[in-house]
Amino acid sequence: MSQTTITDKLYTIRFKCDTISHLTIKEQDVCQSCQGKNCNYFCPADVYEWDPKQKITMIAFENCIECGTCRIACPANNIKWVYPTGGYGISYKMG
Amino acid sequence: MKEKFDAVVVGAGPGGTAAALTMARAGLKVVLLERGEFPGAKNVFGGVLYRKQLEDLIPEFWKERNFPLERNIIEQRIWLMGKESFIGFSHRNEAFKDPINCFTGLRVKFDQWFANKAVEAGAIPVYQTVAVDLLREGDRVVGVKVDRPDGDLYADVVVIADGVNSLLGKALGVRREWSSDEISLAVKEVIALPKQKIEDRFNLEGNEGVTIEFMGETSLGMAGMGFLYTNKESISLGIGIMVNHLSENKIKPYTILEEVKKHPMIRKLIQGGETLEYSAHLIPEGGYYSVPKLSGDGWCVVGDAAQLVNFVHREGTNLAMASGQMAGEAIIEAKKVGDFSAESLQAYDQKLKNSFIMKDLKKYRHMHQFLKEADPEVLFHRLPQAANQAAFNMFSIDGITKVEKQKYAMDQIKEATGGTLNLIKLGWKGWRAMNG
Ligand SMILES: Cc1cc2nc3c(=O)[nH]c(=O)nc-3n(C[C@H](O)[C@H](O)[C@H](O)COP(=O)(O)OP(=O)(O)OC[C@H]3O[C@@H](n4cnc5c(N)ncnc54)[C@H](O)[C@@H]3O)c2cc1C
Ligand code: SF4
Ligand code: SF4
Repeated sequence: MSQTTITDKLYTIRFKCDTISHLTIKEQDVCQSCQGKNCNYFCPADVYEWDPKQKITMIAFENCIECGTCRIACPANNIKWVYPTGGYGISYKMG
Repeated sequence: MKEKFDAVVVGAGPGGTAAALTMARAGLKVVLLERGEFPGAKNVFGGVLYRKQLEDLIPEFWKERNFPLERNIIEQRIWLMGKESFIGFSHRNEAFKDPINCFTGLRVKFDQWFANKAVEAGAIPVYQTVAVDLLREGDRVVGVKVDRPDGDLYADVVVIADGVNSLLGKALGVRREWSSDEISLAVKEVIALPKQKIEDRFNLEGNEGVTIEFMGETSLGMAGMGFLYTNKESISLGIGIMVNHLSENKIKPYTILEEVKKHPMIRKLIQGGETLEYSAHLIPEGGYYSVPKLSGDGWCVVGDAAQLVNFVHREGTNLAMASGQMAGEAIIEAKKVGDFSAESLQAYDQKLKNSFIMKDLKKYRHMHQFLKEADPEVLFHRLPQAANQAAFNMFSIDGITKVEKQKYAMDQIKEATGGTLNLIKLGWKGWRAMNG
């Protein structure tokens, strides 16, 4: 079968998007001095991206599939993580 | 006036639903709270459900016309993966048909079906609602705060069944945050394939099904386990990787899954298929020593929220159901005497301790430490490759004597582990991890 990109993959999931982000970077300064920028890799939905111009971690929270990895994998524990409002976020069709 | 319930159950996964069903049947006034649009909307698993613990709650459930069974598993395969090969072990048996032993399912269908059973028994469904905190009076938990206007729900007991991320368990302060070596992240795809193709490729008829677990080269030198399960008209394919390895190695989880799909042994099984859905979910894999405090004044914690997963045997839903049922039974007893204190709810801890759940977790109590300490390069790359190479040599007829082949295989395996002494150490630790 053909390979699929992350955009294709996320397209298969049903989302009901909230207007406010359930994910927040606690301190952007911490990200700036973070060596690994690990969140740019371990997230299964490419939510985090370091913006070298603005020197901040950008969050595409609309893509978040609520796994919780970033909650425990950020080495500096710099991500505040709560659930989206009840009924919002992902709704799997199969799971 | 504030309304008070006997129990509020947070989370309508297998653990919470089992607890709610048990209590509702005994006539308790129970709320079943779920943050998703419906039960199952947020839930992902590999795909194998077990008869026994579900049957304990719903006798002969598989005879129901609308039961969401995908395929009845008659064969389980375990593959040790080389780069373009595997060494396999499997067991197929007609005896797994009657009674059924385990079967594949999809959580969106299963969780709704199961939660409806609790609702039919009298549990009050409150969905699309997040429990954001616990309500407390002194040390006692007296309810939950939810993200709705007038959102306080009071109850004698709160059953914390909120899954692996268990923010409530954390809010309670009885558990520390999981460390990244106690958790795996799994990514999965459900891939559509026609029924006939599945039956032909896996040698099946009717609703028979096969499971494959695979480990080795497919996790790219990290601690990981893959799975491929047959559904009615689709394949569930995924791989779980220990979060600390994932984070250190800076490989995107979906890239690992794409690599898995390219492995010749997997590629041919899913060929021509179309991805219907991508998903990701955490798996608690800390085992026995990661299980937190299980109950206290006005609360119990069940299922993934309590790390009740036997990952060696990929059992989780059944541990969640059984623990939910035990918590429910303990609360029913507590209600009879009107005592919801920590001492009274200790009955739940006792039930768990005396059951297969804690006994099985105890058997594998060294496994987490073993995986944490062993070099993943050795365990998931060099050893599987050496074993596959040895198998290839053994089956190749090339004029080299069997004695030489055997010696070569042993040398390869020793080299993979870094010498005889290391091999013995690893062998001993591995043995102990499996045998308690
Ligand atoms: C990839 C993968 C493969 C697996 N394979 C298998 C397998 O083949 N067989 C098996 O038996 N087990 C398997 N497991 C494990 C199994 O899925 C879990 O052990 C099981 O689902 C645990 O049930 P639970 O009820 O404790 O938690 P969950 O099923 O996670 O349910 C928790 C529920 O609580 C809800 N919730 C969470 N927080 C809140 C809140 N604050 N307010 C309201 N609602 C909330 C969630 O939306 C969810 O519905 C697998 C797991 C994964 C991730
Ligand atoms: S890993 Fe954590 S600290 Fe580092 S960039 Fe990402 S969010 Fe910031
Ligand atoms: S919860 Fe999972 S999907 Fe969402 S941002 Fe964190 S790692 Fe990415």
